[in-house]
Amino acid sequence: MKPLPDDRGYFGPYGGRFVPETLMAPLEELERAWQSARRDRTFRRELDTLLATYCGRPTPLSFAARLSDNLGGARVFLKREDLCHTGAHKINNAVGQCLLARRMGKVRVIAETGAGQHGVATATAAALFGLRCRVYMGTEDERRQALNVYRMKLLGAEVVGVDAGTKTLKDAINEALRDWVTNVATTHYVLGSVLGPHPYPAMVRDFQSVIGAEALLQVRRQHGSLPRLVVACVGGGSNAAGIFGAFVPYKQVELVGVEAGGRGTGLGDHAARFSGGAPGVLHGTRTYVLQDQNGQVAGTHSVSAGLDYPAVGPEHALWHDNRRVGYVRVSDDEALDAFHLLAELEGIVPALETAHALAFVTHVARRYAKGDGILVNLSGRGDKDVNEVARLEGVRL
Amino acid sequence: MSRRIELAFARAAKAKRAAFIPYITAGDPNPTATLGLCRALERAGADLIELGVPFSDPIADGPTNQRAAERALAAGTTLSGVLQIVRELRYTSELPVVLFTYFNPVHAYGLARFAVDAAAAGVDGVLFTDVPVEEARGPYEAFRRVGIDLVLLVAPTSTRPRVKATKKLAGGFVYFVSRTGVTGARERVEEGLEAQVRAVRKLTGRRVAVGFGISTPEQVNRVAGFADGVVVGSAIVGRIAEIGDRVNLVGEIEAFARSLAMATRRR
Ligand SMILES: Cc1ncc(COP(=O)(O)O)c(C=O)c1O
Repeated sequence: MKPLPDDRGYFGPYGGRFVPETLMAPLEELERAWQSARRDRTFRRELDTLLATYCGRPTPLSFAARLSDNLGGARVFLKREDLCHTGAHKINNAVGQCLLARRMGKVRVIAETGAGQHGVATATAAALFGLRCRVYMGTEDERRQALNVYRMKLLGAEVVGVDAGTKTLKDAINEALRDWVTNVATTHYVLGSVLGPHPYPAMVRDFQSVIGAEALLQVRRQHGSLPRLVVACVGGGSNAAGIFGAFVPYKQVELVGVEAGGRGTGLGDHAARFSGGAPGVLHGTRTYVLQDQNGQVAGTHSVSAGLDYPAVGPEHALWHDNRRVGYVRVSDDEALDAFHLLAELEGIVPALETAHALAFVTHVARRYAKGDGILVNLSGRGDKDVNEVARLEGVRL
Repeated sequence: MSRRIELAFARAAKAKRAAFIPYITAGDPNPTATLGLCRALERAGADLIELGVPFSDPIADGPTNQRAAERALAAGTTLSGVLQIVRELRYTSELPVVLFTYFNPVHAYGLARFAVDAAAAGVDGVLFTDVPVEEARGPYEAFRRVGIDLVLLVAPTSTRPRVKATKKLAGGFVYFVSRTGVTGARERVEEGLEAQVRAVRKLTGRRVAVGFGISTPEQVNRVAGFADGVVVGSAIVGRIAEIGDRVNLVGEIEAFARSLAMATRRR
């Protein structure tokens, strides 16, 4: 089988490049630059060195002994992306793209952010390489991830609040795309997930594939065999694509992506694209989109800002259709329970995004035999969410 | 090729002027007002009208058109509603209509069904803000069968091979984006625009309409000197926003549009 995407950026019927003409030549230039960089030994070596000496890779694989006992079934392993510099997997991609931006001679980078983790990661990489940085963030997300807003500013980035639409990630991407169309000569757009027009879904997946490559070796060494199940949360889908990639060829390994089930099943109450969405085109790519019957994009809700988005990476859409990955939904309340559970049993406060993946594991672990391995991508740490969880639970800090 | 579009450009050329192409967002301030505004623009001297289909996530638009789309959606505008407006316009008017739309509403409607319904309603051309040549084959085939022109965009960043590639699929004219950026009124017309327009005309063999940022009669007149058509959008949409849903809306827009239409005459 030929590797995907094809040369037009398609994963089966999904993907492509649906953008204003002004961005087409820049996307072609980006694709050429990335293709040449990934074949260039010097670039690879520089990136690997930064991942090791700056980001803290490889991240460990932790056996969650008390959690496994508590769930009474399989052995749960956590891939500790929360231990990356800046606290989430997002840095893998941000450092890769900023290195590429420098190679392309760009002096300015822009980014969108939902949970703030991608914004912090981009601001960090921009500081490291001396690039100017502006981050767009919905005003609702600025409120619930206030800590990360201040972190970005400390790192020298300019944070621009976006007050349109649902005031969340979708609207931040709209504004970042408008900035890029206007300043494309000097600016690289550091997209934060496996979304958007080709080559972003493939490029971001490649920068995140280090997660799965490491985890495959680690789980074999520490567990002695392949896991039965690999679980990750799916916002745009970058941490999931990063860990799934290495396991996709092993048909005996079950892969599950967890979407935000929010507060209900009505349109607007969740961000579960695969149970409530239909194929459409948003932000440059053809994929599953939550929308009304007139093709207007629907609002979404999730307790987790990083999963609160109406579309999903096009490769996930293909994995969904060909059933290589199963997609499930987990509610706000279930995610909050898992957030506490991991903190109390393992001494790890996970990000609310990650808590969705953990909640699913708590539901299914019992179905597996004692010796089976379950691998969870612990995509980020929950420091950023502590204030919001306290508020939701009526705790005054 | 659409006969009405062809005639409109030919008539303007014969009168030694550029075609005047006003843009408004359909359904702004509400769907009933749009028909009256179209008729007013025709009386003012529009040769062709661009009707924007409102979309929830208009990434190619600046604040003025974003707000217009929000108002139109809040007033209940849908793609079938826009086709209904065109159908009613066609009872009394031969003014060519080009729909200016993002792809998703058409995708949700169903491309083949949309092509048939749009042609039946009297739509002459369709321009997608977010469908470049590479993705345009499907729409091109669907529209060709029903006689609708696919209007393709060319930008200042478009490379020569990209401009040439539009030639195979483009309808009666191509739309040259006069500025890298989003829609919205601007102070100045870009330097070097004239040379770019000539190059695009030569490479595509099509008439070239120029738009994005043109907002005053003076700017219209400058661009009319070398372009086959001049598009004015945000400046009109901005006035509609200022006036709102009031009795003098149609009269005011007609007067403003007339000042723009008169400026298309070449000196
Ligand atoms: C910790 C964490 N996990 C997951 C996500 C969701 O993004 P993705 O699906 O691209 O991994 C985010 C996004 O902000 C995040 O911060």
